[in-house]
Amino acid sequence: MEEKKLAIIATKGSLDWAYPPFILASTASALGYETQIFFTFYGLQLLKKKLALEVTPLGNPGMPMPMGMDKWFPVLGLTLPGMQGMMTSMMKKKMKDKGVASVEELRDLCQEAEVKLIACQMTVDLFDMNQAEFIDGVEYAGAAAFFEFAGQSDICLYI
Amino acid sequence: MADFDQELDASGLNCPLPILRAKKTLNAMGSGQVLHVVATDPGSVKDFDAFAKQTGNELMESKEDGGKFHFLIKKG
Repeated sequence: MEEKKLAIIATKGSLDWAYPPFILASTASALGYETQIFFTFYGLQLLKKKLALEVTPLGNPGMPMPMGMDKWFPVLGLTLPGMQGMMTSMMKKKMKDKGVASVEELRDLCQEAEVKLIACQMTVDLFDMNQAEFIDGVEYAGAAAFFEFAGQSDICLYI
Repeated sequence: MADFDQELDASGLNCPLPILRAKKTLNAMGSGQVLHVVATDPGSVKDFDAFAKQTGNELMESKEDGGKFHFLIKKG
């Protein structure tokens, strides 16, 4: 069986959106896919050594709110200081209770399975980020390098 | 349930951890050996079926018993 290839572009830097790229990449590896994730713009937050990812209910009417909070806190209430931190801790607790892996754990599993993690060099420069902030094993490249792999991939996802 | 060589308890774990743990355990096993996986994630029923089909391992048995899901996977 020839090895299949999966190419993912990860563009989002929130706790909830950190999951799809790492879940799909780790699972694809377990199924025998050669996998690369190209992290660009806010997706670069997912490569930081110390993750500080949060969720926000703002501008996200699809987010289920615990204890009918959406009834008691109309949209303006969600802008209150501390609300984002509170939603983030509630989400993390819920994930733990339901046996959902942490982002760090899934990221480790990806690295263990030799998923190639590539940071967009342009965005690193744009946001004055420092390579020392990122985990070891990350490669730095640009759009052309992504296409070299994505062009031969069987599945290509933009997340 | 038939004989098995190794057992993996993935109870309480959610997608994709049961599959990832199973894959890791299978990596350390020999061809023809059988792994017994116990899981509580209802999604794992379809997932282990798909895992077996895509990896060339054989899903010998898949059943529910007392709220838990049991899988026997023979390494290909």
